[in-house]
Amino acid sequence: MTVLTVPMAETGTASITRRTRVLRRLRRNPLAVVSFVVLALAGVIALLSPWLAPYSVDQTDFARTFAPPGTAGHLLGTDDLGRDVLSRIMLGARASLQVGLLAVATSLVIGVPLGLAAGYFRAWDAVISRFTDLLLAFPFLIMAVGLAAIRGASLGNAAVAIGIAQIPGVIRVVRSDTLRLKSLDFVAAAVVDGASDLWVLARHILPNATSVILVQATVAIPAAILGEAVLSFLGLGIQPPAPSLGTMLATAQQFAARAPWAAVFPGVVIMGLALAFNVFGDALRDALDPKGDRR
Amino acid sequence: MTTASAPVLEIRDLSVSFPTETGTVSAVDGVSLDLAAGEIVGMVGESGCGKSVTAMSLAGLLPSSARVTGSVRLDGTQLVGARESALRRVRGREIAYIFQEPMTSLNPVLTVGRQIGEVLQVHERMSRRAARARAVELLTLVGIPSAAQRVDNYPHQLSGGMRQRVMIAMAVACGPKVLVADEPTTALDVTVQAGILQVLRDLRDRLGTSVLIITHDLGVIADIADRVVVMYAGRVVERAPVDDLFAHPRHRYTAGLLSASPQPGRHAGTDRLTEIPGLVPVLASQPDACTFADRCPAADEQCRAAAPPLEDVGGTDHVAACWHPCITAPTAAQEANR
Amino acid sequence: MARYLLTRAWQSALTLLLSTIVVFVGVRALPGDPALALAGEDRSPEALEAIRRHYGLDQPLPVQFAQYVERMAQGDFGVSIRTGTPVSSMLTTALPVTVELSVLAILIAAALGVGAGVLAAVRRGRPAEWLANGLALIGLSVPHFWLGLLAILYLSVATGLFPASGFVPILEDPVDNLHHIVLPAVILGTGLAAIIMRQTRSAMLDSLSSDYVRTAKAKGLRPRAVITRHALRNSLIVVVTVVGLQLGGLISGAVVTEQIFGLPGFGKMTIDAVFQRDYPVIQAVVLLTAAAYIVINFFVDLLYSVIDPRIRVTGDPA
Repeated sequence: MTVLTVPMAETGTASITRRTRVLRRLRRNPLAVVSFVVLALAGVIALLSPWLAPYSVDQTDFARTFAPPGTAGHLLGTDDLGRDVLSRIMLGARASLQVGLLAVATSLVIGVPLGLAAGYFRAWDAVISRFTDLLLAFPFLIMAVGLAAIRGASLGNAAVAIGIAQIPGVIRVVRSDTLRLKSLDFVAAAVVDGASDLWVLARHILPNATSVILVQATVAIPAAILGEAVLSFLGLGIQPPAPSLGTMLATAQQFAARAPWAAVFPGVVIMGLALAFNVFGDALRDALDPKGDRR
Repeated sequence: MTTASAPVLEIRDLSVSFPTETGTVSAVDGVSLDLAAGEIVGMVGESGCGKSVTAMSLAGLLPSSARVTGSVRLDGTQLVGARESALRRVRGREIAYIFQEPMTSLNPVLTVGRQIGEVLQVHERMSRRAARARAVELLTLVGIPSAAQRVDNYPHQLSGGMRQRVMIAMAVACGPKVLVADEPTTALDVTVQAGILQVLRDLRDRLGTSVLIITHDLGVIADIADRVVVMYAGRVVERAPVDDLFAHPRHRYTAGLLSASPQPGRHAGTDRLTEIPGLVPVLASQPDACTFADRCPAADEQCRAAAPPLEDVGGTDHVAACWHPCITAPTAAQEANR
Repeated sequence: MARYLLTRAWQSALTLLLSTIVVFVGVRALPGDPALALAGEDRSPEALEAIRRHYGLDQPLPVQFAQYVERMAQGDFGVSIRTGTPVSSMLTTALPVTVELSVLAILIAAALGVGAGVLAAVRRGRPAEWLANGLALIGLSVPHFWLGLLAILYLSVATGLFPASGFVPILEDPVDNLHHIVLPAVILGTGLAAIIMRQTRSAMLDSLSSDYVRTAKAKGLRPRAVITRHALRNSLIVVVTVVGLQLGGLISGAVVTEQIFGLPGFGKMTIDAVFQRDYPVIQAVVLLTAAAYIVINFFVDLLYSVIDPRIRVTGDPA
């Protein structure tokens, strides 16, 4: 496909100018700014939700079950047990972000070193690509089913299943970027100077590969958030009574006849979170693209 | 060579500009040129001087953002501003193109026979089978051995020189009046180059096609062209029959170009290659100056105050746009450059 | 060509073997006595002993593995703990539903995704591109099971246009079958359509700015011919790969979609099995999914070599 010809940052000063250029491009893109603000807001709310939430998530009120949105004291209404929907959504979003970050962290911790090794050492490439094939053969939901069978369903297992399923993607982008960087002059120069493989990988390749890793992470988080919602919806993820957007939707499905509106808000929040990450990821990729306005 | 008959292609005052974020950039500025039947005209200049843009604009192949003014007449028919459907009938049938990179200019997933046949199917309404048979003939015509087998090959199975011959076969499939060859030999080995130029010459002789060959390689020009047009920063700065140009360059830029490339008959050691100082200016409108003034050894106030017109500078059909044309052979320019 | 296929066949076989080992180890990692898990309702010591002998649980691990592979290859996945029916017969009733759903979803996604992707690339910078890009981003971000829920609530229940749940086998009544499965298939296809659209658009932008498209234009071809014969054909290579890689996501999606629309397929069987701790069923599901993924991707590679002559002839992807 297209060949990148622009040399990547090698020295400290070069990377600083590159960073300012990327930041400037992001600031000029209204979609990037809006999505970043949404994400920052969501992050703050998630962090502070235990204090911000108007009610405790477990506080039931059997006198007022299925209160519709707009009810005094319950902005988004109450659920089947009379619990405050707004409070549960806030903490559910917090759990979504938690799983998203945990899953992506898992995939990066395993995927980045493997991707570096696959791209840098020819001998490892075949072995690692078999491992990638193996992982790809187990879709995240099937992985979650297996894990749930062995260890029981939980937030942690959901995050691990999603994270493992995201490893191949990380390996792929890191490997191809390593291959590209390895062929550049400054890496060859370092090798000629007698630098050890580990030194070259840590000092030259990894720092220059951060941008593709960052982009990969930004698009992996929304996928993980959607994954968590699916797993929790099916009962393979976060277990009730802990608040989760996915389980809220499962409840809504159960009581669809009595409270059809209950299915709306949790879904909107999931979509909003995922959309903000995806939009920001696109903007980030555009800003990092040396060819500028390419896509 | 023959210039008596009416020109096949008549370019008058052709200008092309592109809008950019920082304003309009002019790429071609007032180019005029005639192409007689069976004539090979070389267009020469450094990269970025507007050669390729000129070539692409002839059949309306520039991106839609390009603003093209002036006139391009093919056998009297105006092409600038013509409808897209009219231009489509011209492309590949009356004006055909050969591009620089035969590797990437052919579609990797279609056989060469299919790609040649496609032109015939579109313009000659040939059946797929007839087009394929004709493709074999065309491949033979451009000197590809065992064409009957090669016709079913994919581009990646052919060598660079063969691919360029395929491009040529595709271009001449409908017997075009004008063949535009944009750096046709640049990506090829020298030995292969000679073969490709020979094919072009043969086709001109056999089919009477006019050829506009664009290159930065004066050796190619000397080898094949009847006349030469020298472009600099979007303008034609000199135009002359090929022998005249090499013997008596009038424009200071042409003189610089000639002394910057090795010539037969010049001696290493005594005649050294000279570099033209400075860089090609950014292609922006400079209506009130000679575009070469900043790099020219002979530039004065007049050069910076007004753009010189293309004027007769003696000899047959030899024009140059220079206020202070060289009087004698390249040595003068070389002296001035030292 | 032959060498390429041989290499891919060998790699697929190896991956299949590896995934079988993973599942085998996974089964051993299940809590409790595997014999107990396999026993179903009858848990008398004699029955357990018989199971141990039947499944070779008293043998060394490599022997057990060999026997395990043999049984799986014969389609003997054991007996459902819950219903007592052989897992293989459960699969034969459930799989057709899932296959139909998935194939339909892929077709819908490919049609929408390739169409919108080509449109977005060709109408670069125009409203059509913004619209297509925006819809793709939303398609990528929307939880499709939620979309399914809303569709049932506001489309099926409210208007009665589509049945809210249930399934009719295609052989019984093709029209009613389609009526039941079309909505789930559209819902399942949305995410995949978004991914295909983005890949198609990006590949088309690359092709459209390529030298061979310039050549095609210079030949005097109509825009339609330039786009379909020259640009799209090259872009489809990328799209086919994407569909192959997204198969895992599609299987995951099918499980949820079946659950929501109450389709009696593979997915519903899986979820039921998890909650009933029906280990033989879970094991069969996991193993079959992996095998299906590997085999289908092998065929995707075959398809790939049909589209791209560079692979077909020389055997290495350019």
